[in-house]
Amino acid sequence: MVLNNIEDLLEKYENGETTLQEEAQLKTYFSQDTVAPHLEHYKTIFGYFMVNQQETFTKDVPLNTKKQFNFKWLSVAAVAVLMVGIYFNLPSKEDNITEADRIAYNQAKSYLELVSKTLNKGTAQVNYLGALNKAGTQVDYLKEMENPIGRILKINNQ
Amino acid sequence: MTQSEFLSIVMPFKDKVFRLAKRLLVSREEAEDATQEVLLKLWSNKSNIENYKNVEAFSMTMTKNFCLDKLKSKQAQNLKIVHSNYKDHNVALQKQVELSDSMQWVAKIIEELPEQQKLVVQLRDIEQYDYDEIAKMLDMNPTAVRVALSRARKVIREKLTKTHNYGVK
Repeated sequence: MVLNNIEDLLEKYENGETTLQEEAQLKTYFSQDTVAPHLEHYKTIFGYFMVNQQETFTKDVPLNTKKQFNFKWLSVAAVAVLMVGIYFNLPSKEDNITEADRIAYNQAKSYLELVSKTLNKGTAQVNYLGALNKAGTQVDYLKEMENPIGRILKINNQ
Repeated sequence: MTQSEFLSIVMPFKDKVFRLAKRLLVSREEAEDATQEVLLKLWSNKSNIENYKNVEAFSMTMTKNFCLDKLKSKQAQNLKIVHSNYKDHNVALQKQVELSDSMQWVAKIIEELPEQQKLVVQLRDIEQYDYDEIAKMLDMNPTAVRVALSRARKVIREKLTKTHNYGVK
């Protein structure tokens, strides 16, 4: 390759005007063993670029395909369990009453009514005992007797 | 998307991601971690991968942002103490030996470039992307990419000739 051409390319290169093809030309030129002595330092530059292109990434990247356990769903599950638990532990109101229970309930109710009716009859009969209280108040004036007696006692002591 | 499908998408450019990360983060280990991180992010968003117009460009942008974030957090941690205010003359000698290989010089010069120029050089001269692609990846316009690239190339050449001349004289 003509040296002039290379020098032109180098100038373009330094102005950032070369195309990728032209840069490739420069690289091949400077990868030769012998280059023009005044351009020797370009050899190291391009050599450095060439060497650096070879460097590779060797470390393994652990790509786990397993989906990570999501703790968001754990809370959802916990809430669900809680709600189910509360639902089953609530005292059920009407579901479990059968016909037999209803009959037993009505029977018990009628027996209790009978008992209360007879009890009421009994209390009605005992009602005249209230007359005793009346008599008691009427006898209250007997207390008045105590006052004159006290007075008499006082006189005696003197 | 299965694992093999994902790998067939990612394989062609995973080295490019790694090299870009290494250009920015310098250390090989950190670059490996960053690459792994980027790939895992892609994997966890694999359901969206079909929606991306250009997965490769997208990943490169992601890598760039990730590494710059990392660098920022590192600067906040103030890990630069060795370079900023501590000088040991023995180290200079050691470095000279280390860098005697002129390719190391190139690496060192690129390392000293501003981040944007570093990125442009990496993407153009090493990964050989189009200007348009680079512009898209870095969210710049193509002219700005050219300008940054031209500046970076000139700086590399100038610094390298200088060191060469020091070596001769």
